[in-house]
Amino acid sequence: MSTQADFAAALLNAQLPYPKGLCSRNGADPSRRFAVYRNNVQSSLINALADSYPVVLQLVGEEFFRAMAAIFVQSQPPHSPLMSRYGEDFADFIAEFEPIAGVPYVADVARLEHLRTVAYHAADAQPIRPEQVSAALADPQSLSELCFELHPSLHLLDSAFAVVAIWAAHQQEPTLAGIGLNQGQHALVLRNGLDVEVFALEAGASVFIGHLIQGSPLLAAAENSPPFDLAQTLALLIAHNAITQLNYKELP
Amino acid sequence: MFSHHEPSLPRTQAARTELPARAGLGLKTGHFLEVLGSVPDLGFFEVHAENYMVAGGPFHHFLGLIRQQFPLSLHGVGLSIGGEGPLDSQHLNRLAELIERYQPQAFSEHLAWSTHGPVFLNDLLPLAYDTPTLNRVCAHIDQVQNTLKRPMLLENPATYLGFEHSTIDEAEFIAEVIRRSGCGLLLDVNNVYVSCINHQRDPLAYLDALPLHAVGEIHLAGFAEDCDNLGDRLLIDDHGAPIDQSVWDLYRQVLQRIGPVATLIERDNQVPAFDVLLAEAQQAETLLRQAERAA
Repeated sequence: MSTQADFAAALLNAQLPYPKGLCSRNGADPSRRFAVYRNNVQSSLINALADSYPVVLQLVGEEFFRAMAAIFVQSQPPHSPLMSRYGEDFADFIAEFEPIAGVPYVADVARLEHLRTVAYHAADAQPIRPEQVSAALADPQSLSELCFELHPSLHLLDSAFAVVAIWAAHQQEPTLAGIGLNQGQHALVLRNGLDVEVFALEAGASVFIGHLIQGSPLLAAAENSPPFDLAQTLALLIAHNAITQLNYKELP
Repeated sequence: MFSHHEPSLPRTQAARTELPARAGLGLKTGHFLEVLGSVPDLGFFEVHAENYMVAGGPFHHFLGLIRQQFPLSLHGVGLSIGGEGPLDSQHLNRLAELIERYQPQAFSEHLAWSTHGPVFLNDLLPLAYDTPTLNRVCAHIDQVQNTLKRPMLLENPATYLGFEHSTIDEAEFIAEVIRRSGCGLLLDVNNVYVSCINHQRDPLAYLDALPLHAVGEIHLAGFAEDCDNLGDRLLIDDHGAPIDQSVWDLYRQVLQRIGPVATLIERDNQVPAFDVLLAEAQQAETLLRQAERAA
């Protein structure tokens, strides 16, 4: 093995002895000095996860979070120098993490927090002006062909838990009091201007927006969704600058 | 392309960056609005390149606005120039895109490695100083400079241990890299101090062994105190404290030798209020102006 291979392996796994061939000018034990690097690597990666998943940290407590993150870091270290992307798989890891099996909503809260990070850094796109959308909706000739392109930051998350309520409850004084934890919610995450916003949608609205993202025309998307309030959902998308392009699809 | 016929002018090569010989600050996301609102009297801002390798959103929005009003130093922390493997060409292309977009007055990276195989370790790791490492680092810097079509600055490291098979003194190694590759030196005065204490070297002797004629930018930062198993001081380059008096003293010695050069106050952990950082920048600015008068 190369020097750097040994060094890298021992940084991530504290069970391994420090690599051979290290020295210090004063003859001090190199392991104490190697530990500085090991600590830098592990704590910087754990801190990166703590920054990206602040609500998960509050839900499980700092000590538990850091212990859980340390195991994740060791088993799934970053594969890119872009730390904003680190932890994409943290939610899946949490879902499989045995010690937290009794608190099953934590993984979905992690998924929501990840979508917020993704939305924060997503590409910019100019929204369509509301009057343009209204004009398109008012034209019966072309309405059936009308498709919306939605903002690149926009994502959906269907959860069996009250994921939006749990997340929102931790934005100020954290408390889960009064939240029906097992009442599933359908989250919508998007960036409106510079701010990332989170909404809870009714089930049909979530399916409808999912169809729009797939490129389905507006009317077909609505018809193929469980009952929901179309006017209210369109108003939400327009008011939060989520529609970035109007297209007309040739019908077969 | 640089004039070499006036060796009495130590700052000739510092002209390889277009940063003004003034104090600058690292740009923190928590300070975006304050910077735009107050437009502080600073020579430049510096950002970590990797933080801005995102598609869109607030980071680009604010950096774009701040760039309109301030010179910019782009500082990479993820290229792994000392890595045993090849450079990540995708990452190099992302750097080229950022440089194209923001036209920074300087680009710098570290004499360190941070990637091995597919794994990015998120720390600046130490190198054995021997001929294979020297050849590799020079080849990587050539590749960077050819891709980015500009000279880069290489930062001297803060290290906590050495390698038994090192055959070249660190300052000599850096001098040779700079001689061969034509890159400049980002002189991190805190790293000089931290490494010299950790390896029981004389900081002034180390400084004088470095190619000071090639300094294009200076970094100043704070360190944390620890000790090794013999009870000797072990300093940690954590960018989490105010600049230590010993580092200010060493900085004066640097300015005496090379005159005023763009100087960054680095703070990445326990980031204080913007005013606190501004006060440290003003302290550096005062020393820069003194050095200017003395020159």
